[in-house]
Amino acid sequence: MEQITILEGRQKQIFEKKKGVAQPDIACDTSSLSGSVSQRACVFCGSRVVLYPIADAIHVVHGPIGCAAYTWDIRGAVSSGPELHRLSFSTDLQEMDVIYGGEKKLYHSLIELIEQYKPKAAFIYSTCIVGLIGDDIDAVCKKVAKECGIPVLPVHSEGFKGTKKDGYKAACHALMKLIGTGSTEEISKYSINILGEFNLAGEAWIIRQYYEKMGIEVVATLTGDGRIDAVRQAHGATLNVVQCSGSMTWLAKEMEAKYGIPYIRVSYFGIEDMSKSLYDVAKYFPDRLDIMEAAKEVVSEEVKSLYPSLQKFKKALTGKKAAIYVGGAFKTFSLIKALRSIGMSVVLAGSQTGDKNDYARLKEMCDEGTVIVDDSNPVELSKFILEKEADLLIGGVKERPIAFKLGIGFCDHNHERKIPLAGFVGMYNFALEVYQSVMSPVWQFAPRKGGTL
Amino acid sequence: MKHAKTATQNACKLCNPLGACLAFRGIENCVPFLHGSQGCATYIRRYLISHYKEPIDIASSNFHEESAVFGGSHNLKIGLKNVSDQYKPEVIGVATTCLSETIGDDVPGILREYKKEFKNGSPMPILIHASTPSYQGSHIDGFHAAVRATVKTLAEKGEAQELINLFPNMVSPADLRYLKEIFSDFKAPMLLLPDYSQTMDGGPWGEYHRIPPGGTPASAIAGAGSAKASIEFGSTLEAAKSAAGYLDDAFGVPRHHLSLPIGIKESDRFFSLLETLTGHARPEKYDDERRRLVDAYADGHKYVFEKKVILYGEEDLVVAMTAFLSEIGMTPVLCASGGKSGLLKRRINELVPNMDELGIKVREGVDFVDIEDEAQVLQPDFLIGNSKGYTMSRKNNIPLLRLGFPIHDRFGGQRMHHLGYRGTQELFDRIVNTVIEQRQNASSIGYTYM
Repeated sequence: MEQITILEGRQKQIFEKKKGVAQPDIACDTSSLSGSVSQRACVFCGSRVVLYPIADAIHVVHGPIGCAAYTWDIRGAVSSGPELHRLSFSTDLQEMDVIYGGEKKLYHSLIELIEQYKPKAAFIYSTCIVGLIGDDIDAVCKKVAKECGIPVLPVHSEGFKGTKKDGYKAACHALMKLIGTGSTEEISKYSINILGEFNLAGEAWIIRQYYEKMGIEVVATLTGDGRIDAVRQAHGATLNVVQCSGSMTWLAKEMEAKYGIPYIRVSYFGIEDMSKSLYDVAKYFPDRLDIMEAAKEVVSEEVKSLYPSLQKFKKALTGKKAAIYVGGAFKTFSLIKALRSIGMSVVLAGSQTGDKNDYARLKEMCDEGTVIVDDSNPVELSKFILEKEADLLIGGVKERPIAFKLGIGFCDHNHERKIPLAGFVGMYNFALEVYQSVMSPVWQFAPRKGGTL
Repeated sequence: MKHAKTATQNACKLCNPLGACLAFRGIENCVPFLHGSQGCATYIRRYLISHYKEPIDIASSNFHEESAVFGGSHNLKIGLKNVSDQYKPEVIGVATTCLSETIGDDVPGILREYKKEFKNGSPMPILIHASTPSYQGSHIDGFHAAVRATVKTLAEKGEAQELINLFPNMVSPADLRYLKEIFSDFKAPMLLLPDYSQTMDGGPWGEYHRIPPGGTPASAIAGAGSAKASIEFGSTLEAAKSAAGYLDDAFGVPRHHLSLPIGIKESDRFFSLLETLTGHARPEKYDDERRRLVDAYADGHKYVFEKKVILYGEEDLVVAMTAFLSEIGMTPVLCASGGKSGLLKRRINELVPNMDELGIKVREGVDFVDIEDEAQVLQPDFLIGNSKGYTMSRKNNIPLLRLGFPIHDRFGGQRMHHLGYRGTQELFDRIVNTVIEQRQNASSIGYTYM
């Protein structure tokens, strides 16, 4: 087979754990190399994914049509009520707007859309060329907010002004403007906000239910099944519980600084991390022992029914090897543990946006011989999948065809999934999906497994 | 309810660079390259993958603030170098975006500089540049711009040959395979551009391929300039924007411009053109296909007669489908497109002269909210178009028959036929079955015989 080489500018972002070999820090937090086919997106994408699930606001993309068209109803983020987030609005800028400016078009678009849909708020995303033609979207937003009497929030997400992470920050910045504007009078002392949970396939409902069973009040979920009024009250919670550290840690830190609300980082994937995220919240309220008792009860009840059902999968999957390439590094940690619990090892682990600490921890967790990558691309992923003889790839839509072409199983762990993978029930779904893909008899025809080409 | 008109809601179009990336995938050993932000390439990959279920690598020059201020020349060059090193392509298809177009990067100039500066490195790929600003037109314009740019870069003057150029428009991989089969049966040498029949619908891999196998070789495209004729599908595609138009101007290769051959009349037109150009009679196999189709029309005519349809998608597809539907007695009460060539109505009228009498309404430059408003008034029996009409279909309880691009919520969009007798047969069967299924479901009796 032809040798696949790694681009010179990429070598520092790849690492293989080997005994007796010096352990350099992996380079990360850099922008993608020109010409490498990064699996990342842009600043706009970062903002759009964070705010997307807020269902009673309109999300208006100020720019040419593409950015809005490609993000129309693409996430599995569901709502229990209004569904404005599933519509796509764009100012659809044309050449004349680029020459003469798009402010007027934005203004009229907003006034009309707000009149038609009566949203609780509007988020206005600026895209690449808005950053170039110099539209003052802050001024337009201010004017419309005044005329319509709802918050109209600019999100400065010009695609080229940083990485996806900067987009997360721009989104959190818009959220910070809402937080603190609602009443907190009725909120219990035993309350939390769930941060970085997007209610994909109803995951936030599953998590919320666990906490509520423990006697904890959930003030706001940011942003899954999100509502503007809940966001406005979020400063009334006692604790912020942060999942998807990549997108929401900044917000948690800001809320800590401004409102003195501490935060903890959790993950809802896999039995171990899911249980820990309930215990950690319970520990935060030591004066109420019943909360910890309730947490234990939730865990024991769930695990009692889950554990036996996992054994069939474990038996089949033991010894199989997985490759993980997802957006945030924190998810990678949980996935490694979850995979181990069903007998699988991890031969490749990577993320689009992990930071130094994430990668240090990843190195610690991984087995000998595991390859760790930051901001990888299809060529590298394929190289390591083949070299390490992985049986499964976990990733998103862009990674899926790589797995299938090479004849291995695939589990979609990105924001388009339609099956909940969080919580205890999510662990069952995860194991089932992995099992169904890895154990399928169709791979016997794959050339890699001896099928004819 | 008063509807917002300034903003585009639920767009019935995509942006210019998407079409260019798809077209570039139809050239052998070619990597599409977007000169813009990382997001454009990633979003477009995601969108194409969800339809074609194939890996599609699109490189990006990955603009940063400095590139936006000082120009993208540096990033473009580094990007081209990296793609050359990692993919070892024969061709790189560079398409611009709103960003690089707005800052006014002189891409042809940068490419010339690049060729000079890097001539001693790894083998220099052929560089093709298509201008595809997202603030103009839609994805179909980018598609044609890339095809034209390819021909412009590669076609050469040469000794006259029997070759026929075929520019098929944005059709499915299955359609492309069918077109190749037809030419092969006619024993007519053809140049098909683009040809993503294999790159976007290929087999499993025994080893990793940097660039999937398939596509039209650059060396073959050189011959386009000495071909004896070009055939180009797409009624709203003007010569000034098309590959065949360029070849006619530059090399005197006559351009034969047809609607996408859907339905019997338009397929006949295509086959009779092939007979004229090749001097061969239509092979028996296609006579059979045509006979079966005529027979099927007879068998199914009652199901479809005067059924009302709303049709939407790229303008050329809408024109061709309108012609087909009218020949089977269906009424496209609305022919809609997000595209805006200004030609949609005129082209439909040419193929369906009694369109006003039939009550065919035409609207271009619309979005799905506009179409839905119309649907509520027109009360069609079903919708025909891509997956993105599903929201409207579900909300208004109108069945949707999926075709074209994108098919994101059904399996096998890339293997669907639309063209010629075979494609028409497939479409006709599906249309009739949609009606039958609807009747069967609506009946309280539950007939097993329909």
